[in-house]
Amino acid sequence: MKTLFIIPAFNEELNIRGVIEDIRGHVQGADILVINDGSADATGNIAKNLGVTVITLPYNLGIGAAMQTGYHYAHMQGYDIAVQFDGDGQHRADQLDQLLDPLERGEADIVIGSRFLTKGMYKAGVARLIAIRMLSRIISSLIGQKITDPTSGLRAVNRKSMLLFCRCYPDDYPEPESLVLLHKAGFRIAESPVLMERRLLGNSSITLFRGVYYMVKVVLAVLVDMIKEVPRR
Amino acid sequence: MDMIPILATLVSMVIFLSVLELIRRNRLKEKYSLLWLFSSLVLLWFSVSRKSLHLVAGYIGIQYPPSVIFLLGFLFLIVINIHFSTVISRLSDRNKTLAQEMALLKEMLERKKRAEE
Ligand SMILES: Nc1nc2c(ncn2[C@@H]2O[C@H](COP(=O)(O)OP(=O)(O)O)[C@@H](O)[C@H]2O)c(=O)[nH]1
Ligand SMILES: [Mg+2]
Repeated sequence: MKTLFIIPAFNEELNIRGVIEDIRGHVQGADILVINDGSADATGNIAKNLGVTVITLPYNLGIGAAMQTGYHYAHMQGYDIAVQFDGDGQHRADQLDQLLDPLERGEADIVIGSRFLTKGMYKAGVARLIAIRMLSRIISSLIGQKITDPTSGLRAVNRKSMLLFCRCYPDDYPEPESLVLLHKAGFRIAESPVLMERRLLGNSSITLFRGVYYMVKVVLAVLVDMIKEVPRR
Repeated sequence: MDMIPILATLVSMVIFLSVLELIRRNRLKEKYSLLWLFSSLVLLWFSVSRKSLHLVAGYIGIQYPPSVIFLLGFLFLIVINIHFSTVISRLSDRNKTLAQEMALLKEMLERKKRAEE
């Protein structure tokens, strides 16, 4: 199936080359799209020189709107599958088979790569783990399906979900929020076990310090999503 | 002699006339000014008409009638602000869509150029 890898990237000049090479090393002739989201560094140029498609947003729109741009592109170009693959080096291309399997078999409309379904313990700060665990509980009970890794950015969607995401995609905390959206639209969500790296270079957009604040805002956003209408058009 | 009705009359007249002037100079779109015009007219009415002021105050049990003017002003500000929040939300939504479409078109154009070279 025709697959597009969408890499959202905001100031990732330290990581972007490694990410692109990693994907190419595992998927021969992979179609890669970098969404350069108003980066102030060389992210866009590095990606262009490596010969991947680059869409440069005129200013920083945020991860949600950036990914949505990628879904528009994927849909326009007739891709069957769009994969979100973060530009910070945390995602591993050797894990893609597990991620894509359920989609290729037509068993799900979206597959989330989960760090917590694998034995090979994912190492992260305690606060982060607690936050993810709590969020996992809340989202799982809201949508009536166990989701172990709601903040995972490694995910793959089929054309149906792509179309939904073109119509509406959350701006603020798209990873957890989109799960609520998909659930309300009645789509099939699946999780696959994957291994991930800890971020090597550069900084996460979520610091430990802001962790609690982040949690409160995500939970609020998700609750609001529960009562929101899903736009028909 | 109570100063408040006179002051309130002056203030609501100034608001009404300023908004009109802004519209006249094309600095304010009519559709964003209707709420202002309406609010200032209502405030003007209650500032001028002692009778209706006392009537409303008595009806909702307000001891000091000029408070009705403050209450109305406060309520109007809330309504106008909520209205502006929806306007801003719509604007930022449209702005996002524009930025996305522009970026997509730019990429298409670059690809076409490269293909022609
Ligand atoms: N397009 C876009 N991508 C972003 C933005 N902030 C972070 N990212 C990307 O989202 C991915 C994950 O970001 P990261 O900060 O590592 O978040 P975390 O993995 O949840 O800690 C990386 O590819 C970042 O480059 C943003 O404002 N816009
Ligand atoms: Mg990350």
